[in-house]
Amino acid sequence: MNARLWLPMLVLTAGQALSQGFAGLGTDAEGFAVPAPEPQFAFPADHGPHPAYRIEWWYLTATLTGADGRDYGIQWTLFRSALRPEEAEGWDAAQLWMGHAGLTTEDTHFYAERLGRGGVGQAGVTPEPFEAWIDDWAMISTAPTGADALSALAVTARGPDFSYDLDLRATGPLVFHGDGGYSVKSADGQASYYYSQPFYEVSGRLTLPDGAMEVTGSAWLDREWSSQPLSADQNGWDWFSLQFADGARLMGFGLRSATRPTYTSATWIGPDGTATAYPDGALRLTPLRTENVAGRDVPVEWRVELAARGIDVETIPLNPQSWMGTSFPYWEGPIRFTGSHEGRGYLEMTGYE
Amino acid sequence: MTRAACAALLSHWRRHPGQCLTLILGLALATALWSGVQAINAEARASYDRAAAVLGQDQLARLTRADGLPVPLAEYVALRRAGYLVSPVIEAELAGPGARLRLLGIDPLTTPPEAQAPALVGGEIPFEAFVTAPGRLLVAAETAARPLPADLPPLVITSRLAPGTALTDIATAARLSGRSDPSYLLVAPVQPSGLPPLAEATVLTLSTPQSGTDIGRLTDSFHLNLTAFGLLAFAVGLFIVHAAIGLAFEQRRTSFRTLRALGLPLRRLVTLLAVELTVFALIAGLIGIVLGYIIAAALLPGVAGTLRGLYGAEISGQLAFRPVWAVTGMGIALIGTAAASVQALLRVARLPLLAPAQPRAWAMASGQAMRGQMTIAIGLFAAAFLLGAFGTSLIAGFACLAALLVGAALALPSLLTALLRLATRFATTPFREWLLADTRQQLPGLSMALMALLLALAANIGVSTMVGSFRGTFTGWLDQRLASELYVTARTPSEATAIRATLLPRTDAVLPIVSAPVTLAGQPAELYGIADHATYRDNWPLLSAAPDVWAQVAAGEAALINEQLSRRERLSIGDPVTLQPGWALPIAGVYSDYGNPVGQAIIGLDLFTDRFPDIPQLRMAIRVPADRVPAVADALRAEFDLPTANLIDQEEIKRFSLRIFEQTFLVTGALNILTLGVASLALLTSLLTLAGMRLPQLAPIWALGQTRAALARAELARTTLLAFLTFALAIPVGLALAWVLLAVVNVEAFGWRLPMQIFPVDWLRLGLYALLAALLAAAWPAWRLAHIAPSTLLKVFAHER
Amino acid sequence: MLSVTDIHKSFETEDGPLPVLRGVSLTMAPGDTLALTGESGSGKSTLLHLIGGLDTADKGRIEVDGVDLSALDDAGRARLRRDMVGLIFQQFNLIPSLTVAQNLSFQARLAGRHDAAWVDELAKRLGLSEHLARYPEQLSGGQQQRVAIGRTLATRPRVVLADEPTGNLDETTGDTVLGLLLELAAETGTAILMVTHSTRLAHRLAHQVHLTKGRLGSAGLGRAAE
Repeated sequence: MNARLWLPMLVLTAGQALSQGFAGLGTDAEGFAVPAPEPQFAFPADHGPHPAYRIEWWYLTATLTGADGRDYGIQWTLFRSALRPEEAEGWDAAQLWMGHAGLTTEDTHFYAERLGRGGVGQAGVTPEPFEAWIDDWAMISTAPTGADALSALAVTARGPDFSYDLDLRATGPLVFHGDGGYSVKSADGQASYYYSQPFYEVSGRLTLPDGAMEVTGSAWLDREWSSQPLSADQNGWDWFSLQFADGARLMGFGLRSATRPTYTSATWIGPDGTATAYPDGALRLTPLRTENVAGRDVPVEWRVELAARGIDVETIPLNPQSWMGTSFPYWEGPIRFTGSHEGRGYLEMTGYE
Repeated sequence: MTRAACAALLSHWRRHPGQCLTLILGLALATALWSGVQAINAEARASYDRAAAVLGQDQLARLTRADGLPVPLAEYVALRRAGYLVSPVIEAELAGPGARLRLLGIDPLTTPPEAQAPALVGGEIPFEAFVTAPGRLLVAAETAARPLPADLPPLVITSRLAPGTALTDIATAARLSGRSDPSYLLVAPVQPSGLPPLAEATVLTLSTPQSGTDIGRLTDSFHLNLTAFGLLAFAVGLFIVHAAIGLAFEQRRTSFRTLRALGLPLRRLVTLLAVELTVFALIAGLIGIVLGYIIAAALLPGVAGTLRGLYGAEISGQLAFRPVWAVTGMGIALIGTAAASVQALLRVARLPLLAPAQPRAWAMASGQAMRGQMTIAIGLFAAAFLLGAFGTSLIAGFACLAALLVGAALALPSLLTALLRLATRFATTPFREWLLADTRQQLPGLSMALMALLLALAANIGVSTMVGSFRGTFTGWLDQRLASELYVTARTPSEATAIRATLLPRTDAVLPIVSAPVTLAGQPAELYGIADHATYRDNWPLLSAAPDVWAQVAAGEAALINEQLSRRERLSIGDPVTLQPGWALPIAGVYSDYGNPVGQAIIGLDLFTDRFPDIPQLRMAIRVPADRVPAVADALRAEFDLPTANLIDQEEIKRFSLRIFEQTFLVTGALNILTLGVASLALLTSLLTLAGMRLPQLAPIWALGQTRAALARAELARTTLLAFLTFALAIPVGLALAWVLLAVVNVEAFGWRLPMQIFPVDWLRLGLYALLAALLAAAWPAWRLAHIAPSTLLKVFAHER
Repeated sequence: MLSVTDIHKSFETEDGPLPVLRGVSLTMAPGDTLALTGESGSGKSTLLHLIGGLDTADKGRIEVDGVDLSALDDAGRARLRRDMVGLIFQQFNLIPSLTVAQNLSFQARLAGRHDAAWVDELAKRLGLSEHLARYPEQLSGGQQQRVAIGRTLATRPRVVLADEPTGNLDETTGDTVLGLLLELAAETGTAILMVTHSTRLAHRLAHQVHLTKGRLGSAGLGRAAE
């Protein structure tokens, strides 16, 4: 019961070890609710937790530029993992929480992790007023009354050698992936509820060992929950968010399978927030170069093609060693892309053993 | 050439299997006693470390409430939300009928890596099962085998926990104990950047991790005792080895010379002999380790009982094989062999090639050597005296012991010679005269064995005097210190108030006992507040006191300190003692406080309450006529449903303490007998060795008209006499040893001094043991002499010799 | 005084019993001196040991002053050695832990017939008066053998059994020591049975017998029992 083995479950599975890979997600959803097509979201309640589902996250990434002109990236994530489909009081751990914070510079990738159980108040999410927190890490709504709670946020996190404190203001609407927020994850029909706020403008301050750095940039928040989002043979994914010069955005992911071709999905987001979902196969992801990261080969440069939108770009990471050496390790960091289009984005890669 | 030389050297052992056996046996026994004791110590230490390492107590600081109450859950959450990495632990004692279990509930999600929670929990339990009701209890196999409280969650066996403790999830611990507030918070050593220091962020008390475990420090005295015994036994065993090696080399002198004359280089010869001895050491070491394991396994349950009772230290009663002591055992066997053989090897190296090959009696050291030994002995005695009188460190204490013992051993031959010479004056028959004269001449050959016997006897007397003094003083002290008939601990302040109200009309007095952790002279210490009452005035064991000590204390004008603090800081009556920063009181008295490793001070209750208003008065001592104790105790139990541990009567504590001492005696006694056994074995081997060499001296006496039986009886008498004289000399040495242990070593090691008491009846018994051991050792050689073939004696007269 | 009749003695060896004495007989009168000669292994010392009660014969009869040795137990033989027989060995066999004076009087005191004047006299005659406080190892070989002689004669034994008493001494010293022994024996009427391999020394005694392969040869030298 090494903590390192406990955590995959916290992230995305219900009790199964990493040895089963992300395939652990394919377990039966007994007792837990299962996402259904044609969801009806109700806000602000749906910004809050859904304890009836096994897993859920509040996942923020930001591409930033410092006063020194250099690129930076931050990540702020709160994962929820349910042992039982209920809330419980006190030490009884029905809901477990895990926070990940990352800060990427050209030459260093800082990260930290926090764990906690709900019930005693150490970690949790409240929809109204919106606050997601674990310890002193927090994502707090600063939106005016009447506006969407996520339209303005204050985000903080702190590691042993870094911290950040950011103000976020959305310039566009929430975006729903897949079929109105019902996002299919495999040909077998596993799915999650998935929406984003991709239009944040960010300003704030990073604190690094060398001192403070004022930053500005843009951020992307993902909200996703499910009980069984992956198929048994799927062992990891590669997720991209790209920002184009005209204000458009692209979200795309590929779920790698041991036995089948990679299952891809993409959402094209127009500058006004209009979302177009692309089914499996429309998006093509091709690794171009791998690098040894934390003792394993990880594809750090990619070719991303979405022919339907004339997109054919190659991505390079700000820092190829953007490794989250947390209990459940993965790669997460800012990227730049060139080719048919140019811009910045974020890349997440999981399941590289 | 080497092979031929080997064969020639080894043929000796084939022809003298007894010598071979003696060598192996001596070395094996020495190693056995040493490694046995080491095994026990290693097992105990492993248990302490296990207990200490649980949750990284040896590395992690903790936050506790100053009053010892649990940390409010809200305080924990507030600290987390302020960013501090602290982790809650619920520690609770579960008690059932005849069963007790210490529960340690952790939050595996927040425990710092240093707490090693995952390693403790191991890979056996799915996380979900651990944190989900009913949860799991991790326990040592030994704990699982004991009677346990009822209705526990499923047990999972682990080797990583000390007995008596169960590790579980904090939710499980909360459910079982009915408490949700953490007992304390573990503090991660590295806190996130940019936060104010933790000490400024909370009212909780931050205690830094203890280097060296409390329990380890407490039990040091006990292990010191064991180690000393092991070392002594080993030294005694080395005497045997030294004798056997010396004899084997002496008897092979001719072979050595012949081999060298035939062209074997000296270096090769010495190397061969060294290799031969190394092989012996390895074989004997192996046997010794096995024997040591057996000894340790036999003694360990007793030791475990003692430690549990005496210090509350839980150590496993089952011995695990630990490579550490096996390797050190082997090492000590090799070192011992080297030490015992270096003299013999040097002699071979210096052996002149052409000197006459006449066997020189190796044992017949000259009187000059004896005088040299005596001179060294006198020097050592002088050193021991100086170290004892002026030494101020533990090292000095041990050096004093060593000088004393080695000096006594070296002086023994000279002293025995003098005594025998004296005895000769009173010899009435020529045969006795001869016997005494011959005994005197035989002394050098027996002196090694007799030195071993002296050491064993002196250690026996010394240690049993120390233990006996401790026991005697301790019981007397208990009577004074535990003057009250009943001791009650309430669970909450309101219960304490209720108990007090109930008791006041039914008893003579209810005396609150309050204490606070303080820092005295830079070290953690305890401060007690006591009521002004005759119980203290009449009974408290004061070693020194100002005239109106109790009035001063009651008025809050002075403090009492314990002996430990007084000795460590050289504080005496009238000196100020700083109880808190900026608050000092003059010392009005010093009291004895045996068994307590830390400093302690006592002030008046009123002053205490002024200074520490938050500390609840939960504990109280109750004065009540002895015949009404059971009634009062029953009433309290019935009315307040107090757990057993919260209501203890004085008799129970005393009985318990005494039982512990008996247990300590048991182990010490067993080791005493073993050491004595080894010493008598040394005597036996020396006598056997001498028996062969002494025929030329015995044959003429026989030829002059003594029967072999008379000679055999004389041998018995001689050995008994020597044992008796050695015993007589061991008494002063043993008493000196006890004095050093009590007045020097104890004071340096633990901070208190015990008055020495002597136990002549014990000596009598020991003297009988010594004579018995000597008789047993002499019996076989004597029997052989009584039945020796005349032709063997006649060979002495043969021309061809 | 001493009568030895048809003594047989064998020693057990790995190749079976080895006969050493095969029917030896001899007699001695008080004051007699008899030299027993023979080759190495002829059984001289064995015969001496049998007479001294240090060992027992397989067959035959030994009487010392009318006492039949075969009738004695261990203690009886010890008493015989103490009271009637004096033993002198080639190796002197003094008691190293005792002084010269103590060695001289040791056997007499054991036998309970210590005569201080006689011991003084012996010491004087043997030239040991200067050395009484010394220990044997501090004396020369000749002096040590004189102590052995004194120790033996101090008890006034009926017979002195001497086994190569001068074997460890040079010729001159040996002659002197033997002369002293014979002289004192003659004065006290003590019989002497001396084993030697030297014909020269044998002839200083009154009679001689020769032992060959366990039997007394005629040799015409002595008084082999007829």
